[in-house]
Amino acid sequence: MKSFPAGGIHPSDNKLTAGNKIERLAIPSSVAIPVSQHIGAPAEVIVNKGDIVKTGQVIACSKGFVSTNIHSSVSGKVNKIEEIADASGFKQLAVFIDVEGDEWEPSIIRSSDVDSNITLSSEEIIKRCQEAGIVGMGGAAFPVHVKLSVPEGKKCDVLLINGVECEPYLTSDHRLMLEHGEEIIIGVSILMKALKVDTAMIGIENNKPDAIENLQKIASRFLGITILPLKVKYPQGAEKQLIKALRNREVPMGKLPIDVNTVVQNVGTAFAVYEAVQKNKPLFERVVTITGKTVAKPGNFMVRIGTPISTLIDVAGGVPEDTGKIISGGPMMGKALRNTLSPIVKGTSGIVLFPEEESTRKEVGPCIRCGKCVTVCALKLEPYLMATLSEKGMFERAEEEGVANCCDCASCHYICPAGRPLLDYLRLGKSTVLKMARERAAKKLAI
Amino acid sequence: MSSTVIITVVTLLILAFSSSVILYFISQKFKVEEDPRIDQVQEVLPAANCGGCGYAGCRNFAEAIVNAENLEGINCPVGGPDVMAKVAAILGKEAVKSDPLVAVLKCNGAPENRPQKVEYDGAQMCRIKHNYFIGETDCSYGCLGSGDCVVACKFDAIKMDPKTNLPVVDDDNCVACGACVKACPRNLIELRKKAAKNRKIYVACSNCDKGGPAKRACNVACIGCGKCVKVCSYEAITMENNLAYIDATKCKMCRKCVDECPTGAIIEVGFPPKKVKVEVVEDAVQSN
Amino acid sequence: MSRLLNVSPAPHAQGKDTTKKLMIGVIIALMPALIASIYYFGFGAILITSVSVASCIVFEYLIQRFILKGSVTITDGSAVVTGLLLAFNVPSNLPIYAIIIGALVAIGIAKMTFGGLGNNPFNPALVGRVFLLISFPVQMTSWPEPRGFTTSYADAITGETPLSLLKRGALDSLPSNSDMFLGNIGGSMGEVAALALILGLAYMLIRKIITWHIPVSILATIAVFTGILWKIDPSQYADPLFHLLSGGVLLGAIFMATDYVTSPMNYKSMVIYGVGIGLLTVIIRIWGAYPEGVSFAILIMNAFVPLMNRYIKIKPFGEEVKNG
Repeated sequence: MKSFPAGGIHPSDNKLTAGNKIERLAIPSSVAIPVSQHIGAPAEVIVNKGDIVKTGQVIACSKGFVSTNIHSSVSGKVNKIEEIADASGFKQLAVFIDVEGDEWEPSIIRSSDVDSNITLSSEEIIKRCQEAGIVGMGGAAFPVHVKLSVPEGKKCDVLLINGVECEPYLTSDHRLMLEHGEEIIIGVSILMKALKVDTAMIGIENNKPDAIENLQKIASRFLGITILPLKVKYPQGAEKQLIKALRNREVPMGKLPIDVNTVVQNVGTAFAVYEAVQKNKPLFERVVTITGKTVAKPGNFMVRIGTPISTLIDVAGGVPEDTGKIISGGPMMGKALRNTLSPIVKGTSGIVLFPEEESTRKEVGPCIRCGKCVTVCALKLEPYLMATLSEKGMFERAEEEGVANCCDCASCHYICPAGRPLLDYLRLGKSTVLKMARERAAKKLAI
Repeated sequence: MSSTVIITVVTLLILAFSSSVILYFISQKFKVEEDPRIDQVQEVLPAANCGGCGYAGCRNFAEAIVNAENLEGINCPVGGPDVMAKVAAILGKEAVKSDPLVAVLKCNGAPENRPQKVEYDGAQMCRIKHNYFIGETDCSYGCLGSGDCVVACKFDAIKMDPKTNLPVVDDDNCVACGACVKACPRNLIELRKKAAKNRKIYVACSNCDKGGPAKRACNVACIGCGKCVKVCSYEAITMENNLAYIDATKCKMCRKCVDECPTGAIIEVGFPPKKVKVEVVEDAVQSN
Repeated sequence: MSRLLNVSPAPHAQGKDTTKKLMIGVIIALMPALIASIYYFGFGAILITSVSVASCIVFEYLIQRFILKGSVTITDGSAVVTGLLLAFNVPSNLPIYAIIIGALVAIGIAKMTFGGLGNNPFNPALVGRVFLLISFPVQMTSWPEPRGFTTSYADAITGETPLSLLKRGALDSLPSNSDMFLGNIGGSMGEVAALALILGLAYMLIRKIITWHIPVSILATIAVFTGILWKIDPSQYADPLFHLLSGGVLLGAIFMATDYVTSPMNYKSMVIYGVGIGLLTVIIRIWGAYPEGVSFAILIMNAFVPLMNRYIKIKPFGEEVKNG
């Protein structure tokens, strides 16, 4: 079975909700939809206080190419357009809507019959993805139409689909593959048409044998789509590691997957593309896993974007008494929340609640030079060195050691026996080195 | 004396003599012509190599100042006016008058004023915390308490107070080199004019939020009410972005603003406690 | 929810290993060798080992508390490991004052002066051992013969070790391989029982405390080098198996060279490090003045580790292949 050769760790799966069918979460009484739920420029609000909006209506427009539209996920009246604090406390603009009923935009096809007839052309597909606000659903939230628009001089010959879901606890992709496998495969065909490729490979980790079997059955009816089981190892779902495992190609440092003629998309994205292209449905709801060892009723829910996280937690039984940490995303790369008021956004794949005893970090000691961080680094870098250089402010040396190539997977930080906060220093090193590189490039232009 | 000793001594003497001759000629041939005043200036500098002047070290400062037109804008904060006068004498130029400065922290967010809302046990570096989140309190402008400024100071002039989690400046050790100013990711430290007896009056807050959120985050925040601006008779106080600022060069230390500030954001340091006026109440004692 | 939420950055899960657990793992791996040393050398083994471990802990405590005035970290187990390894490197009838001095040098000079755990370039136990060898040459080269538990401490009967026999060319009087494997030979306390040391290696590999690169490169290099020599002239050189089982090769390859702090950080450097140690050991054994060369070989290669860490890198993921 394939995998990426170097590095990687094996945190406990904890897929507590793998057997929970997706339930529809009731629409809350009000939603707060941020205008920046994606990588790139925030969208520009086009509605005003007091406007009546329908479900699926555009409320903020894409600004520039690397940006995308934001749609209302409910029908009702715009209450206010105000700043809201994100997970870290930084302010961002959001549209607050008081819900009235659930009236959808008439252009959306509401039937749930699976439609496998792809009538749109390649260019029309890409345009539809932009209009529908489709972004990467694996968590990165990169606008899909940008990835599908292959730049001049580059070529794509294979589409890779990420069904790995290597983060512990998260099961939203798993359930989508089990319950909406046909829509996903049609979505993959749509993406293949948009990229003008005839080969697609879907990588799924081996801890989801039912999903592998289901998709293999469905994909056998389609041309050019193969399902490949992968060894369970974190971070198999990272783009570069997935490309290495499935195509045995290494994306060069500082370059993108398109530079090895590959485009990677998440299975959730394929599903959203299906809905956008075949049902004219923009992205305004997604599957979110709510889970945790002490959560009373964990599960997977289809949630409208903008729903406060507290609503989702209440349905799962409320915040347990001894909760020490609440995470948006998975335990390896997710964001810790300050409170439960933040809304669910396009990139929220799961909410995980940790009990107190699992919420604090290990005690920090000196580096004992055991080399475990070097052994687990999936990019074959030397984390102990880059972290110490960043800590001491020696950023030129850190740049030489390749700190800008770190993908934030946190395998080194996980494995360190001395509890050193490696990733904290690596992030500092990365941001400083990238800033230095930008300043150098700007100086070069000025000359 | 045995022949071995004589041969040894003579050989070593010949070696020593020829080495010194060779070294002399080489030092003359590869001599670098340099303005002798650079060495003279470097002699009188404090040799701290702290970078407070803006140059890489004392030698670079000496080179720059010898080659400069005049002494405008070039100052050694560690040496102060005494050293600058000596340097001016060597160069035969006019010494530029500059006020002594001291580092001041514009935040008073101790836990009793600014309650903690969340817990953080990641890497203890202010720069890392500043990039990551707004802080452990609701004030996104205030001191993060991990001591990047303490690490940066080479003069032992700033230390962390464990009770308040805020850095405290030692006015006597501080030479205003500016290292702590550069180290603070939130620009909370300012080099202000040093007054007699180390007295200070300043707005101990950097919060630019409107009054409501500012006060909710911290009891002693500046809420941008503007009362201080109105009461100052010397036009020393300005208001920008909901935050008041006292210009130390215009301030006459009358302390009216300190009394006027409703939250206590303006701090006075180094003054004797005010005498409380006792009013004699006329009909106080009517007993017996 | 009564207390404040923790908002530290990702990752929000960390592995179960701690420095202490790794050190305890090494101590467990050393237990078979400790049992073997007590079995063969009796009371002397117990005395030297306990004094060594106790001295190392006490010196670390005193230096950290009163000289450095910093935090005391004796509970992380590294002083215990140093104490055990130092004891395993000396004869079982070494005077008490000598082992205490050895502990002081190992902890005080080789570890604390460089900044404590994680900062020392040379293996502390080996520095202690070499210091003792040079300072007390007679006591450090009188090896008690294994007389079992009845071996006297003060009046131990000393004899030749396999390597001292080799050094003086007495190839026909060498002990059998089975004796050397089980430990029924003269030598330092920890090096005699090959079987016990190999059990320790297996334990550390299974628990992922060390990787195979360093021990295998050292042993393979010694086997190949001595094998070539033996093939050329079997009457003058001993066979490779003898070299692997005698002296401190197994103890050094398994426990001393694999010390985290003083060994290289990536597997490429580890292999070069191991090959270097193997070559130097054989050179010193065959052509050097000392019968045993492992300690010096490891210390010499320790000196090269910073250089290796700086310049020998594994090709990172996605590095552009230069034209050609």
